[in-house]
Amino acid sequence: MAPGWGGTLLVGLLHSIEIAIGATCLGLMIGTAGAFGKLYGGPVTRDLLAVYTTVVRAVPELVLILLLYYAGTDLINQVLTAIGYSRVDISGLAAGIFVLGFVQGAYSTEVIRGAILAIPQGQIEAARAYGMSPGLMLRRITVPAMLPFALPGLANLWLIATKDTALLAVVGFFELTLATRQAAGVTKAYLLFYLAAGALYLALSLFSNLIIGRVEAWSRRGMPSVREAR
Amino acid sequence: MSAEASAIHMAARASIWLKPHRIVLILIGLALVLCAAVFMRWDWLPQYWEMGLMGIWRTLWILAVTCALGFALAVPLGLAQAGGPIWFSAPAKVFCTIIRGTPLLLQLWLLYYGLGSIFPQYPWIRESWLWPYLRQAWPYGVVALTFSFAGYEGEVMRGAFAGVPRGQLEAARAFGMSRWKIFRRIWLPQAFYRALPTLTGETVLQLKSTPLVATISVIDIFAVSSKVRQDTYLTYEPLLLLALIYMTITGILVFVFSRIEARIPVKIG
Repeated sequence: MAPGWGGTLLVGLLHSIEIAIGATCLGLMIGTAGAFGKLYGGPVTRDLLAVYTTVVRAVPELVLILLLYYAGTDLINQVLTAIGYSRVDISGLAAGIFVLGFVQGAYSTEVIRGAILAIPQGQIEAARAYGMSPGLMLRRITVPAMLPFALPGLANLWLIATKDTALLAVVGFFELTLATRQAAGVTKAYLLFYLAAGALYLALSLFSNLIIGRVEAWSRRGMPSVREAR
Repeated sequence: MSAEASAIHMAARASIWLKPHRIVLILIGLALVLCAAVFMRWDWLPQYWEMGLMGIWRTLWILAVTCALGFALAVPLGLAQAGGPIWFSAPAKVFCTIIRGTPLLLQLWLLYYGLGSIFPQYPWIRESWLWPYLRQAWPYGVVALTFSFAGYEGEVMRGAFAGVPRGQLEAARAFGMSRWKIFRRIWLPQAFYRALPTLTGETVLQLKSTPLVATISVIDIFAVSSKVRQDTYLTYEPLLLLALIYMTITGILVFVFSRIEARIPVKIG
């Protein structure tokens, strides 16, 4: 078949992975902040975060992507013109990361909140009794202790992020699915290219699963194994 | 409990829920909605609301059909993985892995553009009774969404089937029930109760997947809002209304499922 299109697909895959990594990182930051806000914040913060997580989880990703994409670029341009700069074109990569990260943030908020709640209360109290500052406590106690509880959920979110990058094809961002569509449209070898793209996504998922399994085993080191407990 | 006591109970619950800051937040929210209603353009609504209702109807119809068919497919998939011989369980596992490992949008386009471009090449397909359906877009959407639901729910059902205690099945066998009767009376109902809480989440996820069929030219509510955006050059109004419609449907789904869950015996043994 056409030799040039394989490279196009791989570039698309690379863009997909970039967005997935960026969105997951942004989502983790929003999620950590959101979880702490939900657990330790004031009543107003809690209610606003509840609205955020509920709305994002009830509206289809495709609609959110369109809304945030237009609203985000509009907002940035209005702010820029207001303070005297000229309008800019937002890069598809940045917009994609922002939009998917915002969506991921809502899901990771819930995952991390649940994981923090699963930490035995005594550990946090002990850290407070030692006079640890909140930052130190977060770094030394909360994050390491919640990781084994949070990782399965976060791993799931990573897999969802890799698949949600496909939705950006609808707003015209060049990632694997759109690359496939273009390649298939030009060469008319629809089935071949869609199957190839499917294989690439599947390989990414399976490879991620392999890594995730390792990381989960590492995070659970020192904890009694479930099998032994039975 | 008397009616009076339950009224007091309700009032107490309302007062816990309606704290002062919450009233302020609700007022701010209402003000935002009012601003949106007054300052945004809604004059296109009378022209498009009939089309919108058709779109909502089609979205709900696709949701119902694909969930029902998908669940019907998920039961054998789960059963094969939970207790089937290897030549059943391996293909089921491969199917679930492929469906869960690739984006739904890609599966949809693979079926619609990929298979859709292959079918017309065979005269016997074009002459068969299926051809009038295969020429349209919606069967591909229904098949892709059904497979997707079956793939995710099949994995849930595997866990649910495996979670039914062995003793129950052994007791049923000791009573001399046939295998089909054990499945129908003991195994399936208990697995279903176990899977029900996740079924709510899966159904909401399925609702959120339905707008993808708009990319293969099925006119659901998402496609209607895209048409409004193209016709009127408005960006936000149709999208905001669309988000509201999806949130309403999600709310209704969650409510209905919570009522169904409440009817089911809590203790699963």
